[in-house]
Order: sequence, then C-alpha cells, then structure tokens
Amino acid sequence: MMDGSNQFGDVETGEQKIRNFNINFGPQHPAAHGVLRLVLELDGEIVERCDPHIGLLHRGTEKLMESRTYLQNLPYFDRLDYVGTMNQEHAWCLVIEKLTDTPVPRRAQLIRVLYCEIGRILNHLLNVTTQAMDVGALTPPLWGFEEREKLMIFYERASGARLHAAYFRPGGVHQDLPPELIDDIDEWSRAFPKVLDDIDELLTENRIFKQRNADVGVVTQEEAQEWGFSGVMVRGSGMAWDLRRAQPYECYDEFDFKIPVGKNGDCYDRYLIRMEEMRQSIHIMQQACEKLRQPENQGDILARGKVTPPKRGAMKTSMEALIHHFKLYTEGFHVPEGEVYCAVEAPKGEFGVYLVADGTNKPYRAKLRAPGYLHLQAMDHVTKKHQLADVAAILGSMDIVFGEVDR
Amino acid sequence: MSTALKELGGFIEAKRPDCVISWEVERGELTVSVAPSNIRGLVEFLKTEPTCRFTSLVDITAVDWPQRARRFDVVYHFLSMHQNHRIRLRVPIREDDTVPSITGVHPSANWFEREVFDMFGILFTGHPDLRRILTDYGFRGHPLRKDFPTTGYTEVRYDEAQKRVVYEPVSLVQEYRQFDFMSPWESAEYVLPGDEKSEEGAK
Repeated sequence: MMDGSNQFGDVETGEQKIRNFNINFGPQHPAAHGVLRLVLELDGEIVERCDPHIGLLHRGTEKLMESRTYLQNLPYFDRLDYVGTMNQEHAWCLVIEKLTDTPVPRRAQLIRVLYCEIGRILNHLLNVTTQAMDVGALTPPLWGFEEREKLMIFYERASGARLHAAYFRPGGVHQDLPPELIDDIDEWSRAFPKVLDDIDELLTENRIFKQRNADVGVVTQEEAQEWGFSGVMVRGSGMAWDLRRAQPYECYDEFDFKIPVGKNGDCYDRYLIRMEEMRQSIHIMQQACEKLRQPENQGDILARGKVTPPKRGAMKTSMEALIHHFKLYTEGFHVPEGEVYCAVEAPKGEFGVYLVADGTNKPYRAKLRAPGYLHLQAMDHVTKKHQLADVAAILGSMDIVFGEVDR
Repeated sequence: MSTALKELGGFIEAKRPDCVISWEVERGELTVSVAPSNIRGLVEFLKTEPTCRFTSLVDITAVDWPQRARRFDVVYHFLSMHQNHRIRLRVPIREDDTVPSITGVHPSANWFEREVFDMFGILFTGHPDLRRILTDYGFRGHPLRKDFPTTGYTEVRYDEAQKRVVYEPVSLVQEYRQFDFMSPWESAEYVLPGDEKSEEGAK
C-alpha cells in the first residue's frame, strides 16, 4: 500500500506504540463512596482525563415529587444525602414556609438548629474518617462511627428513626424533645471533644496522612467560584462564606460561632476545616441546649394552622380538628402559586430547593440543587495531572454522597 | 433587602435594555426575564460588572408548561459572594428552540445543561459535550416533561435463561396510584358516572 496508511504495525518502534491507558474506577470500588464510575485516562500513573459517569443511583426524585403532596415529599429529602438527613428536610420546610408565610415557633427553631448541627457532625465524622480510610488509616472510622452511633440514637429518641427521620415539618418539628434528651445531648457534647482530640491526634500530624493530602487537589478562589463550589470547598480556598452567617435562616444569627477558613485550598486544609467545624457545631449545640431549657423558650413546636396537624387532644373533642387532621393527611395542604428558591448550609455545601407551586396540593416542579453535583463535576479539572492514588484522596475530600448527586 | 434588589433590577435594565424583557422582585427574590439569544451576553455582563459580580452559578433547570406556546422556562440561579445577593434569570423558549450554552462563561454550567437536555430535551448550542447524564445508557425520552409517565416506558430485570439484563415494556400489576383529591363540588372537571343524566335533565 502506497497511500500512506500504515498497515505494517511492526514497522513502528516500541516508543511509538505507547498510548494512554483507560481504566474504570468503580462503580464497585470502596473508595468511590457509592456508585461512581470514573473513566480515567492515564499516562503512566498520571491522570490525563477524568470523566465521571453518574446517574447509577438516579431514582427520579424530582419526577416522583410532582405526583405527591407536599408532606409526602418530605421523606424523599432524607434519601438524598443520607448522611446529614435533617439539613435537607430543613430546606424543604423553608421553601414551603416562605410560600405559605408560616411563622415557625421559637422552640421549633431552636430544635431545628440543634438537630442541624447534629447532622453536620454526623456528616463530618463520616467524611473525615472515611477519607482517612481511603488514604490508608483504619482506626479513625472505628472511633468515629461509635460517636455517630450515639448521635443516631439522639435522632431516634426525637423522631423514632435513626437515619430517615422525617422530623422537620413545615411549620415546625414533629414532636417536642423531652428534657432528659436535651440533658443527654448536652452531656454528650461535653464528652465529644475528647474523642475529637483523639482522632485529631491520630491524623493531623500523621506523616502518611499529610503526605497523601497536603498540596493535593489544590483549588484556588477563582476556581472555586468558576466551578460553583460551596460549603467546605470554598472555605478551604480561603473564602469565609457560610450561609448560616451570610444569609442567616432560622435563628442562626443569635448563635455565636466561628467560620474556619483554609489557606492553601488543598485536601489537608479541607480536613482541618471539617475538624474545626465539628468543634463549632458542638459550641452551637451547647448554646441551643441552654436556650431550650430557658422558660421563655418553652411552648408549642408547630405553628398551628392549615399546614400543620391539630393537637391530639383537640381531635378528641372537636369535630373541626378531626376533619382538619383527616384532610391534611389525605389531600394535604395547598400552597399558593409562586416560585421560590431557598438554600441552607448543609454539611456538604449549599443545598437549595427551587419550588414552582401552582396553587394545588402538589408541587408543580421542584428542583433540588445538590452541592455534591458541582463538586463532582470539577473532578476532571481538579484531578488532572495528579497521580492515580490522589483521585481517591480528592474524591474523599470533596465529600460526595451519591444519593444527592444522582437524586 | 427588596429595595436593594429593586435597585439592582433597575440597574441591569438600564445597562442592558436589549437583554431584559421584564423584571420583578417577589418574596425577596429578583427574577429577570431574558430572550434566549441574549442569555450568554447578559450572564457575562452579570459576572464582570462590579455592582453585580454574580461569579457563582448556583443552578440551571427548566420548567415544563405544556399548555403554553413557549413551552419551557429555562431558569438560571446565580449567587454573588462578593455582594451577597442572588438573581434568577428566566428564559422562556418554544419546544424547538435552542439556547446558547453559557459553559464559556461559567464552566460549572456543563453538567447542569447536560441535565436539562437529559430531562427536558432542550438543546444548548455551543455545549462541548451534550450527552445524557442521569438516565441509563441508551435511555429514550425526557423524563421531566409533563407528558412522560412517572412509571416510564421500560423496565429492566436479569433474565436467568439469557444470562443478561433484559429491557421490557412496563407492565403494571395494578394501575399507577394517582389520587385525585379535588372535591366534585368544587372544581373537578370530570363527570361522575350517573351524573351525565342529571345534566341532560337540567336542560
């Protein structure tokens, strides 16, 4: 053949034959944190291209929500990011409350803050310790999960469920907390810093942990904005951006807490921030427990009205209350027409809900904005020119949970 | 809060009168309606203009209104961490319209536009890699359109005889439960069985 096509592969030298190697990372890989399939193009051990294939856990939540009432949709939010569940219910309650102008009673606000911070610690404990596991440590997850267990018992004592709580309701929270539970949470928060110090001692100055995380996956401030990062991912890059402080919701403006900020924007900084955020969360929890005990913060935990059920006692004597209860749990409440976007500072970043209501008892369209979606999108950008082993470290520090990415 | 947003809305309209169709502030949120051809220019303006500085893209999504001539609303949310405010851009389009991609301005728009394409079938011109993202490999249809059934069209199972996963048309053992809570005395549009006679009798 003289047309220039090379049919004689053996003429090529060994050097010319080298081509990049494509591998599949996942969907069944323990460091992929669920069902992530990464198609990696490798030049030796250097990542040249990273193409995440997501959607393996896609359950069509947004479509399902369109055919269910507002209250029936609430438990779907537990199943998005199944690590910090109540923080997401919170966003759903906030959009409904904003559209229906429902005021939340003071005690319910305090309980919400308390449980959001428990959710934050639950999430950070899981993330910090499993990230340590991804880079080779085994003890931190064992220690961290013991504390997670205790926190989930607090979930259970408040709502009856350890994970998928469905505890926050539009207009408040489902049930009041007994005083013993508040005491126990307070007591736990006094003991927990010791455990945190132990984990700290294992990891923070650990040579292997530092070598695997420091200067790996550096994100600059410009990149963080370009890629739409939020939460720990922007704070790691040195921006003191926290929705609890910048656009306060509930009663976060009354609480005293600090926002830790990173310097280098690498995986190690993000780890340090998560550790410090847990300490700040404990601080908030202690303040919330203190406030919950004060006599002026006793009282009802639901804004009694159209969107919330009547009191159990009233149902025994009042026909109206009984009808209201029946209609609320069958037909559900109607939300006035309009569109609203509400965001909360979930442990992973800004979790937002964009709700379009058409005046019926079901949402016309609800879009769930998950922080992990944007973080994972930047994988190609962040992992480029990193070693293959760094992919696991970067993925761990981004704090990806597939329930919320795939929805 | 809303006065500042009103000022911002007026400012954007004054600076880019060609882009802005209308704007309003409702429930403390600023919404600007934009024509599809101008979206890229306006997003770039919002990103660079010092009084706006909407440097983070929060979300891109769409809403389906099948009964309207302009069937879809493509909705953009932006956040300015510098000025601490948010904005929503709404782009009404017809079913066969395309929208210019904003991936050149915000790289983070990439997956959002893929998702809108996947879920609604809206095409973005100039997008580097407009593949499906959340649905199955080889999936057909656009699930978040209102005319797409919640059950979908296909179901999958592992076939023991063929030793592989097979795709089959959906067969429901019982009808999909779609309860109608509208009271027949209020606004239900259907006629209950037996009622058609009474209608005739009234005439």
